[in-house]
Amino acid sequence: MTREIAVVAFAQTDHRRSTEESSEVEMLMPVLHDVLQQTGLKTADIGFTCSGSSDYLAGRAFSFTLALDGVGAWPPVSESHVEMDGAWALYEAWTKLLTGDADTALVYSYGKSSPGSVRDVLTRQLDPYYVAPLWPDSVALAALQAQALMDAGHTDEPALAAVGARSRAAAAANPHAQLKGRTPQGDYIVRPLRTGDCPPVGDGAAAVILAAGERARQLCERPAWIRGIDHRIEAHGLGVRDLTDSPSTRLAAEHAGVFERPVDTAELHAPFSAQEVLLRRVLRLGDDVRVNPSGGALAANPVMAAGLIRIGEAAARIHRGASDRALAHATSGPCLQQNLVAVLEGDPR
Amino acid sequence: MPEVLQAPLVVEFPFTRSLGPVQSAFLTGLRERVVLGVRTGDGRTLVPPVEYDPVTAEEIRDLVEVAPTGTVTTWAWNHEPRRGQPLGTPFAWVLVRLDGADTALLHALDAPGPVAVRTGMRVRIRWAEERTGAITDIACFEPYDGEPGQPGGHAGEFEDPLTGIVAPARLDYTYSPGRAQSAYIHALSEQRTVGERCPSCRKVYVPPRGACPTCGVATAEQVEVGPRGTVTTFCIVNIKARNLDIEVPYVYAHIALDGADLALHARIGGIPYDQVRMGQRVEPVWTEGARYPDHYRPTGEPDADYDTYKELL
Repeated sequence: MTREIAVVAFAQTDHRRSTEESSEVEMLMPVLHDVLQQTGLKTADIGFTCSGSSDYLAGRAFSFTLALDGVGAWPPVSESHVEMDGAWALYEAWTKLLTGDADTALVYSYGKSSPGSVRDVLTRQLDPYYVAPLWPDSVALAALQAQALMDAGHTDEPALAAVGARSRAAAAANPHAQLKGRTPQGDYIVRPLRTGDCPPVGDGAAAVILAAGERARQLCERPAWIRGIDHRIEAHGLGVRDLTDSPSTRLAAEHAGVFERPVDTAELHAPFSAQEVLLRRVLRLGDDVRVNPSGGALAANPVMAAGLIRIGEAAARIHRGASDRALAHATSGPCLQQNLVAVLEGDPR
Repeated sequence: MPEVLQAPLVVEFPFTRSLGPVQSAFLTGLRERVVLGVRTGDGRTLVPPVEYDPVTAEEIRDLVEVAPTGTVTTWAWNHEPRRGQPLGTPFAWVLVRLDGADTALLHALDAPGPVAVRTGMRVRIRWAEERTGAITDIACFEPYDGEPGQPGGHAGEFEDPLTGIVAPARLDYTYSPGRAQSAYIHALSEQRTVGERCPSCRKVYVPPRGACPTCGVATAEQVEVGPRGTVTTFCIVNIKARNLDIEVPYVYAHIALDGADLALHARIGGIPYDQVRMGQRVEPVWTEGARYPDHYRPTGEPDADYDTYKELL
């Protein structure tokens, strides 16, 4: 029997360029308390806890074990961690709930990019033999993809600028966003990408609570049911892939059931403007779908949390009745290497 | 609130990596100015080569030489090169499909400016003068309008093949320990030890990390603890650590400072190693200009009663 599982609470920090006054756990704790308070649950009531983060961002070894101080791991908790965006931690928690081993799960993720240079840090996730020794930074790799999309006729620089402008305009209504309102498109960072095509660098954290079946209805007035969720990966060799396509997103979307019925909202994890162009096409999103009403990753991109935030933002719209069927997408790796797609639905009104 | 501390932090490591048969042939080939690809079951040639077919996951080893000339499949102009990148002057990142290959290789293209670069342009390899068997043996690509290069039919057999590479990595950070630990370090500079009390369970944590690990709530109330404390448990270290000027054997102990609900760890000195015992009362010994106690030594007080520290073991 398949259990129904829903996102019942979501919280995030105000994302900022730097949070040097806080350690990672100090930054994380308020969002943990927030989701617990929303549901009335205590740590001891949570069946499973799963987190996502990366030690490379702040240069702190085993930082996720220190972050557990914020959870209150006594009496002992059932806990796991992924060295990835929290969206993948949510996937693990979802499978745990599916097995029936737990009825509730706390999922959180965080990233402090301010201590280092995130463009350089992310080169360490690349092929260590052929690519990483060249230190191609994250903007450079995204720029190669943007140029490929422009050469293929899928976009151009004005269209990319419009993506950035729309995202930051939408973020004006998002109190957590880092960049909002009218933001100049700026100069080239790595051509063809300008400042406005790239995400802000910042620190932030997010948390959600999942619950199964009746438990979800007890904890949330309008749970955001996860109707489908899937993630896929492509070859790590950039030159093996067609950078103008995202077959992993398409496949994950098919398995998550995206194409069965239209969605009204899509929260896409597209840190670079050109990636949104690509994702819209692959996910067949029409102009009637509200894409990134939160402002998306172009308005706030706390690395390792930005994907979980997409699921949280989509769920929160369902909670407050602004959406009935929403798509959430998370990515990881260079040029959309790995993609997770979830479909969330509210009960009929 | 005292100023939050910051310090430079460098994480540096020479990763030593072993090579499989295909990677070994490719990188050894670069050393010898030979570019090798690998043929997949469906007849495609992958450059750079991998050991497993990205489509079927079958092991592949059929090496084939490709030309040092090729075509740019996409590019990006990098006007501000960063540390470690192939060229120090502005250059284009390029994916290049070498003649004879079906996939593209990432590298740098030396060109005078973005107007000189376009998708579809012809390029060739500029070899590094000194080659060691690394992707950086290709210094970069350069524009080329001649005939396609002719691969020599090399089968990937070399007299002195590489078996591994050393890939140095360095990342620079500005480390900030956050509010709670900054306060702890500030106090240490005055030879004081401060912890933080949990508002819920009332336990005092040293060093404080801003959160009670039991209750999962923020801690803020500062409490000065010590300087004296009780040895709760210990071990005898018999192996000398490199660059550590301490004679072995010595004792490393958990010490519950007076007023703390969590034991710190520190070295015990001023007493023969075999006379250290649980319950022993100790105090810190500071050396001139030190940022933390060098070690702890016996105070001479009577030993603490087991019941007073058993919860802290």
